[in-house]
Amino acid sequence: MLRLEDLHKYYHMGSHDLHVLKGIDLEITEGEFVSIMGSSGSGKSTMLNIVGLLDDYDSGAYYLDNKLIKKMNEKEAAIYRNNTLGFVFQSFNLISSKDALENVALPLFYRGMGRKNRNDKAMEYLELVGLADRAHHLPKELSGGQQQRVALARALVSDPKIVLADEPTGALDTNTSYEIMELISSINEKGKTIVVVTHEDDISKMTKKIIRLKDGLVDDIIIN
Amino acid sequence: MFDKEFILEIFTTIRKNKLRTFLTGFSVAWGIFMLIILLGSGKGLENGIKENFKGEAKNTIRVFGGLTSIAFEGQPNDRHIEFNNYDKKIITENIPNIDLLYARYDIELDIPVHYKSEYATLAVSGIDPSTKEIEKIKLLEGRYINDWDIEHSQKVAVIGKDAKKMLFRAKSPIGEIIYVNKVPFKIIGVFSDDYAPENKKIYMPLATAQKIFLGGNKISSIAMTLENITPDESKTIENSIKSKLAKRHNFSEKDERAVLIINSIEEFAKSQKLFRAINIFLWLIAIGTIIAGIVGISNIMLIVVKERTKEIGVRKAIGATPASIVKLILLEAVIITIIAGLIGLLAGSTVLEIANGFMEASNTAQAAASEFDENMTIFKNPSVDTMIALNALIVLILSGLLAGFIPAKRAAQIRPIAALREE
Repeated sequence: MLRLEDLHKYYHMGSHDLHVLKGIDLEITEGEFVSIMGSSGSGKSTMLNIVGLLDDYDSGAYYLDNKLIKKMNEKEAAIYRNNTLGFVFQSFNLISSKDALENVALPLFYRGMGRKNRNDKAMEYLELVGLADRAHHLPKELSGGQQQRVALARALVSDPKIVLADEPTGALDTNTSYEIMELISSINEKGKTIVVVTHEDDISKMTKKIIRLKDGLVDDIIIN
Repeated sequence: MFDKEFILEIFTTIRKNKLRTFLTGFSVAWGIFMLIILLGSGKGLENGIKENFKGEAKNTIRVFGGLTSIAFEGQPNDRHIEFNNYDKKIITENIPNIDLLYARYDIELDIPVHYKSEYATLAVSGIDPSTKEIEKIKLLEGRYINDWDIEHSQKVAVIGKDAKKMLFRAKSPIGEIIYVNKVPFKIIGVFSDDYAPENKKIYMPLATAQKIFLGGNKISSIAMTLENITPDESKTIENSIKSKLAKRHNFSEKDERAVLIINSIEEFAKSQKLFRAINIFLWLIAIGTIIAGIVGISNIMLIVVKERTKEIGVRKAIGATPASIVKLILLEAVIITIIAGLIGLLAGSTVLEIANGFMEASNTAQAAASEFDENMTIFKNPSVDTMIALNALIVLILSGLLAGFIPAKRAAQIRPIAALREE
């Protein structure tokens, strides 16, 4: 499903280069529920950006769904992201002027689906995350946990191959965090591949596999 | 490009940011408002001047006798050139394209005129019937002098409305007998002319005037209108008139003062040039104002893009292509511009309409109050025609695109990772 081979990434900081990823080898297969851990500066965000087609890498290889991802232009990357990836962010990043349903339907809008179809589909996914009754609420009228559920529905609505969640519980209290993780877990049960980036041990323990990064390298892999 | 989904998307954004949209649109509305007011005023000025040229859209050439300034073929200078019936005949027979022609004999003295106990000294002219068409004389009562009156040297007269006031006050003069230099004339009509001094005159058939005032066959001036000709052709005709007269009266064709020829087409062409210059000037000012509006919109859209960096980043992360982001920003700019511009267009036209109404009312009042019916307006019927409105609309759409261009490019360049990086 997803394979990184000797992946290197540099950031160019003025005169010297910052070597962030120093040769990552990693494979995530279909249906896995993985958490990526590491302290800040370990390279976990950079790796997620590369995996999420939001950033380029300098050397090595990245295969997504058996396709080598290399030097895509923005348009190709946008289309590929839309078709194969779903994103969940720490601060939810719902569009404030749109209600829950419209937010969930947005990826389908960019796929070119008609209004009726995409609203039906969006509703289906809002039901899945238990928020069908809040379909026409604006983000500011929803609690943090509810917003993250909407974001999850948005990530799932395009039926992506992989869901990438960047600190999905970072902005939530403990109880709500667990609820969200349970929801994510239940979605994984249905066969969806999920990658969660976190720095919280208790959150990572709720996944099936923990990949620990340290100084730009894979330090340890733990099966829960 | 203009699909429904995007439009709906944009209207949602606009609705959510009413004040910002209003402020943005205001600068454009103001720009278009100024454009319309300026161009409308330009049109008003043009109409006003044209009104004063009235009828001169048709080419009129007037010929007066003068004083020679160059000695020619043994003749000294400072010789009076005087026309008579034969000059009229020569011009009529030799000049092509003449539509209407008249000759007139203006008696240079004030003539005593009596009606019963009323007395006045007035100017008298002998005229041809076509003065009516060529000089745009309005008949207020009765009839004008006709060809039959001329052929039969009838002792009939039409009098100017001011002369009529002096002799008859409010009473109708038609059919009354007045004594001009002790010769009885029957009044057949009352006229009014835009050139006020004429309204104090008495017109009689040319031949009658020549006989009574011992003019022999003298004529003071000849005027003609020419049909369907270009300024160049008109100039050629002017020259050929001059050359015919030069041959007959024995003066040099180079003599500028022997005869005076006034050709309206030159004046007209000059004023046309002036209008064009004024129009260009007005457009320049208006476009300056609109550019200020565009900069305003561009500026605010840049802020909008900055403000929505995160949103745009999210959109990109979930699959928005750079092109669709460009479209989003550009369309928003165009929609705001068009709506604001149409409001400005409407406001401008309304103001012009109101101004127009006021001006017409005051013109009528002025005309009624004025002793001399000068009727000189330099401003008439300011208006926006469809061409101006259409031009304004094109300017609007272009300015919207221009205003949105830089912000849209900026938005397209937003990298999702930068946008989503936590502050």
